[in-house]
Amino acid sequence: MIKFSHVSKRYPGGFEALKRLSFEIKEGELVFLTGHSGAGKSTLLKLIAAIERPNGGSVVVRGQNVGSLKNGALPYLRRNIGMVFQDHKLLFDRSVFDNVMLPLQIGGFDHRESVKRAHAALDKVGLLPREKANPIALSGGEQQRLCIARAIVNRPAILLADEPTGNLDAEYAHDILNIFKSFHQVGATLVIATHDAKVLERGEGRTLALSHGELVA
Amino acid sequence: MRQQIRILVAALRRLLSAPISSALNILIMGIAISLPVGLYVLLQNVQDLSARLSSAPQISVFMSLTASKGEIAQIGNRLAQQPSVARTEFVPREQALQDLKRNSGLADVIAGLGQNPLPDAFIVYPKGTDPKLLESLRDEFSTWPNVAHVQLDSGWARKLDALLGFVRLGVLILGGLLSVALVAITFNTIRLQILTQRDEIEISKLIGATDSFIRRPFLYFGFVQGMAAGAAAWAIIAGSLGLLNVRFTALAHMYGSTFSLHYLTVGDSFSLLLFAGYLGWLGAWLSVSQHLWQIEPR
Repeated sequence: MIKFSHVSKRYPGGFEALKRLSFEIKEGELVFLTGHSGAGKSTLLKLIAAIERPNGGSVVVRGQNVGSLKNGALPYLRRNIGMVFQDHKLLFDRSVFDNVMLPLQIGGFDHRESVKRAHAALDKVGLLPREKANPIALSGGEQQRLCIARAIVNRPAILLADEPTGNLDAEYAHDILNIFKSFHQVGATLVIATHDAKVLERGEGRTLALSHGELVA
Repeated sequence: MRQQIRILVAALRRLLSAPISSALNILIMGIAISLPVGLYVLLQNVQDLSARLSSAPQISVFMSLTASKGEIAQIGNRLAQQPSVARTEFVPREQALQDLKRNSGLADVIAGLGQNPLPDAFIVYPKGTDPKLLESLRDEFSTWPNVAHVQLDSGWARKLDALLGFVRLGVLILGGLLSVALVAITFNTIRLQILTQRDEIEISKLIGATDSFIRRPFLYFGFVQGMAAGAAAWAIIAGSLGLLNVRFTALAHMYGSTFSLHYLTVGDSFSLLLFAGYLGWLGAWLSVSQHLWQIEPR
């Protein structure tokens, strides 16, 4: 599903975020990406979604070499990847419901079908009663859940999450992990970057540990 | 289709959400367009007018002062027999002097002259208005005996034509420059909109929006704003022509003419709207493309 071969990423200024990294993630796997901050977790996720391009090696996602994809082909790659961002990246000029509708509008889904799917996604994360609210009125945990609803609404094959439980207390974090788990159970491939010990204690899935841009476990 | 209409409605709503700044933008662009287009309409009117005035060209054939009555009559006959001459009018030198006294206000000066300085003359109305024909007639008449001078009265029309060609070029250059200005103004308004919608663009790209999906609302906005500017220009031109026409018909009336300035034709009006819309679209396209290019992954 996702295959890294000798992948390097250097940022302008010389900082080397990833050093000749190789690993493979199979379809339907649940993978936790751990490591200190600055270890290269976010960079790795960005390379999978082609938000950044590698300086060396190849990143292959669903059989496509992502690093060499033309810009025009990137949107179609990304429609199959749901992303949960550390900073949520919600739009505050529209309602909770409209935020979840965005990926469906982009994907050109039929309007009635879209409404149904958006409601289902909001229901799954427990935000259906707040669909008309503005995201700014939501708590941090609710914003994170909204971000998850938007990531899963078009049922992508791959879900990437960057520190999804970052600033949340244990109870919220638990809820969110359960949402991910149910999504994993229906066959999606999940890659979750986290340094949260509570998450890893549950002992689910595989763990990839990064340190200074290299795999240590 | 439903999506297209939704985006169009959103563009209109965005235009109306900041009515004053939108109105000012549209006004600036409208004035910029109305200058070249207004000049173009005036030019068309002048061309029309000159075509009317020079539609009956005349050739004046002045006889030499020493020609006898018989010789003059002979020339009169020769002119009448020319196949390309419609009719001729004889103006005897005495009558010419009387006309001059009456019309020019130079009666005193003329009275002081010892003798009549004016020659006998024929005014020739040719069949047709082709400048080549007129010139060949002029050249032929001037070779005839006792003809002192032949003057083609449509000469001024040709000079006017040349002058109009010059003005037309000026209007084209002005039009080109102001079109660029229109594109630049749209570029800037769209750039400001992009700044306020940076997040939306970035997030849309992250979750798989194509460039054309992101461009579309801005292109619609640019097109709608351009069309509105075109409509403003149309109104400015129509209003100005209306004001000018009040004076102009009065002036024409004094010359015994019913000529009045005509407005933009329906076809020209549509072209104006579409062209202004297109320029707005182009400005928006350039602006969004530049932004999208900046945020591509490296």
